[in-house]
Amino acid sequence: MIQKRHLNEARITRRTVAAGLGASATVGIFPFNVRAQSAALKVGVLLPRSGVQAGIGQDCQRGVDIAPGILKELGLPALEIINADTETKVEIARSRAEKLIGEGAQILVGAFDSGQSTAIAQVAEQKGIPYVINIAAAPQITEQGYKFVFRNFPTAGMLLSDAFANQKEVFAAAGSAPKTVVFMHVNDTFGTAMKGGIDAVMPKFDLPYKVVETIAYDPAARDLSVEIAKAKATGADALLMVSRLNDAILLTRELIKQRWSPMAILSMGPGWYEDQYLKTLGRLSDGPLSFVPWYDPNKPLSKKLDEALAKAHPGFNLNTNHVYTFEALLVAADAYKRAGSTDPTALADAIRKTNIVNNVSPGPGIQFNEKGQNDKLKNSAIQNREGKLVTVAPKVAANAKVEWPLKPYDRRA
Amino acid sequence: MIARLVEGVAPRTLAALAVLLAFFIAAPFFAGDYLLTVLILILYFAYAGQAWNVMMGFAGQLSLGHALYVGLGAYIAATLFVRFGIGPWLGLCIAAPVAALAGAFIGFLAYRFSVAGVYFAILTIAVAEFARVGFDHLTWTGASAGLFLPVAQYVHNDLWNLRGHPVMFYYILLGATVLAFVGCRALLQSRIGYFWLAIREDEEAARSAGIDTFRYKMMAVMISAAMTSFGGVIYAFYYNNLFPEQVFSISQSILIILGPIVGGVGTLFGPILGAFVLETIAESMRTLLEGVGVDLPGTNQLFFGIVLLLVVIALPEGVWPWLIRHFGLEERKI
Amino acid sequence: MPADIFLNVAVGGVLTGLVYGLMALGLSVIFGVVRVVNFAHGEMMTIAMYLAIALFSAFHLDPLVMLVPIALAMFAFGYLLQAGLINNFIARPEHSQFLLLIAVGIIIANVLLILFGPDAQNVQVAYAFESYQIGPLIIDTTKLYGGLAAIVVATALLGFFRYTAVGTAIRACADNYTGALVVGLDVKRLYALTFGLGAACVGAAGTILLLLFDVTPAVGPAYTLLAFVIVITGGLGSMPGALIGGVLIGLTEATAGLLFSPSAKSMFAFAILVLVLLFRPQGVMGRRAA
Repeated sequence: MIQKRHLNEARITRRTVAAGLGASATVGIFPFNVRAQSAALKVGVLLPRSGVQAGIGQDCQRGVDIAPGILKELGLPALEIINADTETKVEIARSRAEKLIGEGAQILVGAFDSGQSTAIAQVAEQKGIPYVINIAAAPQITEQGYKFVFRNFPTAGMLLSDAFANQKEVFAAAGSAPKTVVFMHVNDTFGTAMKGGIDAVMPKFDLPYKVVETIAYDPAARDLSVEIAKAKATGADALLMVSRLNDAILLTRELIKQRWSPMAILSMGPGWYEDQYLKTLGRLSDGPLSFVPWYDPNKPLSKKLDEALAKAHPGFNLNTNHVYTFEALLVAADAYKRAGSTDPTALADAIRKTNIVNNVSPGPGIQFNEKGQNDKLKNSAIQNREGKLVTVAPKVAANAKVEWPLKPYDRRA
Repeated sequence: MIARLVEGVAPRTLAALAVLLAFFIAAPFFAGDYLLTVLILILYFAYAGQAWNVMMGFAGQLSLGHALYVGLGAYIAATLFVRFGIGPWLGLCIAAPVAALAGAFIGFLAYRFSVAGVYFAILTIAVAEFARVGFDHLTWTGASAGLFLPVAQYVHNDLWNLRGHPVMFYYILLGATVLAFVGCRALLQSRIGYFWLAIREDEEAARSAGIDTFRYKMMAVMISAAMTSFGGVIYAFYYNNLFPEQVFSISQSILIILGPIVGGVGTLFGPILGAFVLETIAESMRTLLEGVGVDLPGTNQLFFGIVLLLVVIALPEGVWPWLIRHFGLEERKI
Repeated sequence: MPADIFLNVAVGGVLTGLVYGLMALGLSVIFGVVRVVNFAHGEMMTIAMYLAIALFSAFHLDPLVMLVPIALAMFAFGYLLQAGLINNFIARPEHSQFLLLIAVGIIIANVLLILFGPDAQNVQVAYAFESYQIGPLIIDTTKLYGGLAAIVVATALLGFFRYTAVGTAIRACADNYTGALVVGLDVKRLYALTFGLGAACVGAAGTILLLLFDVTPAVGPAYTLLAFVIVITGGLGSMPGALIGGVLIGLTEATAGLLFSPSAKSMFAFAILVLVLLFRPQGVMGRRAA
């Protein structure tokens, strides 16, 4: 019995790693392991692997690569993963989803971007194929009354509520707080959604600071010197941010060149904690706080995931892209185990009843409400420290104390 | 009237067209859902390309910012639906004139200030980009966070509100493409068509012959814009979400014009053929590369670019004129 | 808005604008002489930028030092592209030229994507984070060097066109094609030369720009559009015009961003373009009426 498991483990690991590396042909050519009880579940993974969001899509793919081994360890059934590239385009996302379903995909996972996820959700709902969204924050997706769409990721509103709650915790731990902030955000789907959310959510939290100015900038901007000049001119204590990776690097460079070190950088989006930010800026990357969906470093599965990533892709820090993509696959495998069949409706019902406590993301675990949204997810506050990321809030998921205030840039070697 | 339309067309061509139409009408019955999605894309670009062709092929104005009209059509119809519950066909009655006005504005500027050729093309890009950034900041339509249409159901086909199964959209687009094709043919056979031919061949001579070039060029621009806006309305209700970055973007404009240029600018059948050829190549390339196991992002676009390059070098006038010469199909190339 | 912030932003805008101007200069040269609408201009610049990145990671030489070799490489590229491919398209209608160069642009962008990956890349020179402070004025070091380098290269190019025999021949081609043929100039070779020069120019601009901005395979089209806006604003056929147009656009974007909403600053550049097209189509410095 144990020997048989070993055999299957090896075969699956090789095959699904090969699939992850992109030789998706092997999926078609190699006969897959048909056990008496259950065949592997066909999971279609849609990500932007080319186009503007290619870097992020490829990062999510790393989460896909390391999933099969861990799922096997947890005693979950095998997944046959079929990769598809949405090319960062809504039309392609839609036709790829149709194609995957046509090829027999029983569950869809993806697609990082809200626009593409919406398109895929429509196809999934129409075809009655369950769709587990890994990353997409637009609230509308789970407000459509869909029965087959599930999202294990916070909406913009949830992100903000937790961000403000964590900020208060951080201020309390640090013993000080900014009195004025300047809010900068990228003028794209995510940034604008966050800005709208802030106007709605912030008043409920009685924060110690006031937003003295809001500066929106173009996502394709090459040069952010004007924006930082404007921010510096406000004289605010701290910087409240929603940005992307490239902007984060550009903004930090400008902060240094224009000689402005705010008391803190409070980012509520991607960028400031990503590997490329840390690598590019070296010691100048320490300090910014990011209030984002993250993993709970104290949960045992997180440690497993971290080790698996370090082995498969050394040099990459475990981050949101990996974690939530992995968890989407975890949901798929877990539902398959409980449903016992590959019938999409049975799978969807099983997903609806999901209750995974041995997971990676913070909070009581993975479960979905009647809209298909996991509304119990908690978001963390992380800080850059010497090329690694530590969680400073909420306390139950923390593994370090916050460094406050931000060490001035001109005093770093 | 029908006699006028088919005047000068060989019976062989008519028969071929009839067969093609029958094929398209029957296609959804034996094509899977994935192929249906591809066909819908083909028809969308065939239609939009035909609309663009009116301005370029018939009146000689190179527009590189046609996404402007797609976006206007999409946003106006969608906003009226989301905010006021006004159905898309009524929305179209408002969107099409607005798009025509936008086209007229550009056309008027171009004429009044003698902006022609490349400069006109750049002007169209600038206006489209201006609209894109503008809509990015228009909170009433969602700004850059996007406009989401509520998606009700797929079971019944609600033709009035354009809610329903993709097959409904397929037939609407097929009908639109056929109407555009027949309509353009009718226009070309009419006085307007002959004036357009004259203007395109030699504008100075046309003017000295007494043709009001300004009026006819404006007509071409406005018709083209209004037609394109219908494509935008369909786009909005099919995809159910709009982002200025995607709808007004220059890549959207470029996609629209690839079909007609490859198929044959100025010909009636060119845009349809071009859209078909390009989309087929793109999808086959994707399938081929997936099948071979090449998974490097960017490879299928690379091959697409190479094919495009070869087509434009080898077939300078487009695929359709080449086919005509080789197979003796006598559509009169206007 | 305190005056020193305004001044800082303005100076930054001018310096960046000079580099943009150099990029546009390449386009102006190409379009002014060869009369081909180079819609792959931005993509050509990204080739140069990636070349600089590759050389930097291999030899750790400052991009400004590598300016000359990269410009030479781009010259060869442009020469071959024109002689081999584009030459047949000069007489063709605009939409054919457009499609040709779009295809070339797609090929370039995706080759770069395959070779270098999608992540943004840049060069970390020693002075990447430095700035000079003179009283209230803070000048970004990379921008200062970049602006100066752009002036040097542009001056060299202008000198070439004014004082050398080949340069004069090229200008003759641009002014009067038939006349040039009559006089016995080898127009085909001169066209290829010009395209090569334009490519070298944009290559130099790209190398300098790398000091200021990051590069991804997808940045090409935005720069192509920017180059067109600058060339038309400054005046087609006028080389100082391209530089002036660049400075104008750089300054406008910077100050518009400061005074209004930064995310809308590109609207101002387009508004200027529309106004120029309408009221002064020959541009600020143009001599001929377009």
